[in-house]
Amino acid sequence: MPVIEIAGKQINVNEEGFLTKYEEWDEEVAKTLAMQIEVEMTPKHWEIIKFLREDFKVQGETATSRRVQTVGGVPVKEQFELFPKKPAKKMAYIAGLPKPKGCV
Amino acid sequence: MTTSPSIVPNFGSDSSDRKLAIICSKGNLDMAYPGLILANAALGEGVDTMIFFTFWGFDMITKSRMNDLQFSPAGNTAMHLPGSDMHIPQSMMPAPGMTAIATKMLKKQIADLDVPEVPDFLDQIVAAGGHLWACRMSADMNKLTMDELRDDVEGIISASDFIEMTEGAQLLFI
Repeated sequence: MPVIEIAGKQINVNEEGFLTKYEEWDEEVAKTLAMQIEVEMTPKHWEIIKFLREDFKVQGETATSRRVQTVGGVPVKEQFELFPKKPAKKMAYIAGLPKPKGCV
Repeated sequence: MTTSPSIVPNFGSDSSDRKLAIICSKGNLDMAYPGLILANAALGEGVDTMIFFTFWGFDMITKSRMNDLQFSPAGNTAMHLPGSDMHIPQSMMPAPGMTAIATKMLKKQIADLDVPEVPDFLDQIVAAGGHLWACRMSADMNKLTMDELRDDVEGIISASDFIEMTEGAQLLFI
């Protein structure tokens, strides 16, 4: 697996560029990841990213869009506004987590 | 340790014009889901998605019926007892109460996966930008108007209207 430099740190990623080590993520890294996919972070964006980080710690897998709505309290419609086109994958990428596995 | 050049996922361009049209023609609970799951997945990938409800699929968007879709194991030889390879003989499937039991079991299995019920699922699809259309002939046969359908159904249209508006789309018939 490749190691790349993000925000001045050595970071392990998979072949697509998703982080592979939970503990290598921090907010500076997240800012760079967001910039790379042209997402401008607002407090609402951070709220979702932090929910995903916390939820992953407990569940061991990345929350789907559905779960961000039902458990995280952010409606699907708003997720599409904040992370256009591919919210689930973009949220996971910025949060330094694997792509969600669930179908729904 | 050597550092590779930056790798950024390809999330596609915002101007992608990929479109998907799904025709839902079945009203059984089990056959309602494939179209919804695929529509939801397509929307999550940034694909413009339109669903056309026709024939028995009309029950999925009819207010008085959409909460009461059922699943019958009759005629379904792929139906096993949950978690096993055992069949219940087809001759027993029409027994009284069998549809109700099978429906309840299927609903529970779906809910256990945190997959929403059909009306909730359609809410989510519309929130994600999906478009719902109703078939003119099915509406006429069932004597239904827009008043009896979900409020987010965009219109009752003919088959040719749907074909026209989905020009260039990939198509799924379920």
